Amino acid sequence: MSPSVAFVVIVGMAAITVVTRSFFLLTHREWPLPSWVMQGLRYAPLAALAAIIAPEVLVSDGALISTWQDARLFAVAAGTAYFVWQRGILGVIVVGTSVLLALELGLGW
Amino acid sequence: MSRRDEFRRGLRDIVAPSLGISAWALVTGVAMIKSGLSVPLAALMSLTVYAGSAQLAALPLIAAGAPIWVIWATAACMNLRFVIFSAHWRKYFGHLPRTRRLLLTYLATDLSYVLFLRRFPELRPKPEQIPYYLGSATWSWLSWQIPAFVGIVLADRVPEEWGLGFAGVLALLGLAYSTLSGRKSWIAAVAAAIVAVAAFALPLRLNVVVAIAAGVAIGLLLDRKWPDRIEERA
Repeated sequence: MSPSVAFVVIVGMAAITVVTRSFFLLTHREWPLPSWVMQGLRYAPLAALAAIIAPEVLVSDGALISTWQDARLFAVAAGTAYFVWQRGILGVIVVGTSVLLALELGLGW
Repeated sequence: MSRRDEFRRGLRDIVAPSLGISAWALVTGVAMIKSGLSVPLAALMSLTVYAGSAQLAALPLIAAGAPIWVIWATAACMNLRFVIFSAHWRKYFGHLPRTRRLLLTYLATDLSYVLFLRRFPELRPKPEQIPYYLGSATWSWLSWQIPAFVGIVLADRVPEEWGLGFAGVLALLGLAYSTLSGRKSWIAAVAAAIVAVAAFALPLRLNVVVAIAAGVAIGLLLDRKWPDRIEERA
């Protein structure tokens, strides 16, 4: 991505931050959203997370990975195990990254 | 309590929980550089976008050269929780002039939202709220920006083979796990994940958009079939 396009992307994302954070404060008048929209909003962040994470872990060079010898799988498994055990986001990052580094630097995967 | 005391209290309440946020910011700083952004652009993103999960979700798309609108749609989805929070902020800040309302909520992170509602559970304006909020929001901003910049500078020195860019994905994974609540959200998330991988061959990283739509649609269908019981909603 060229720097000028990236610049536009970033400025737009800043605008998205402003609009979403102040959404119901943008106008002085109150305008309630229908309840099913509010319900749907609860699922959107999770769906977006899953949609970003899954290909980052399971896809390599445009295709579903076919080997289990992929450091990412073990990093995710270790992070998941940590979360089941301790429920902390920070630990998921630390444990997962440690496993990834150990496999990539230690075993050269 | 005086205004200054409230400001201090806002600061004090957020110091300990913000440590986790700082680690998250460090990871985001590294991930921005590892996704190919230059140092000035990464700095601009950190200072203006100031939304970690939206930034982390956008980075793989930026690295893959996805179209601008797909990146924006993804960032907006990550930020939708703030839309829900803003309905609450309205009860406290709704009477202020618009510029002040926008400035205050622009700084509203997840953590300062949670702490504010714990401190002021009654949904009505009080004079001590603004200094408390500013104390909390100031610390929140510093505890995000400083480690993010450390990450930006460090990332320039860490070799690519270390795979540190993946720490951003792990941060998103932890966030996803802590967002999951109940069987319906699990099903919606797994559906979105499957669609995102199955539709990976779609051009322009449209798989992300299709997967989000699928996840939300399945969530809404499940809600219609099995509405939340009262205790789940509370």
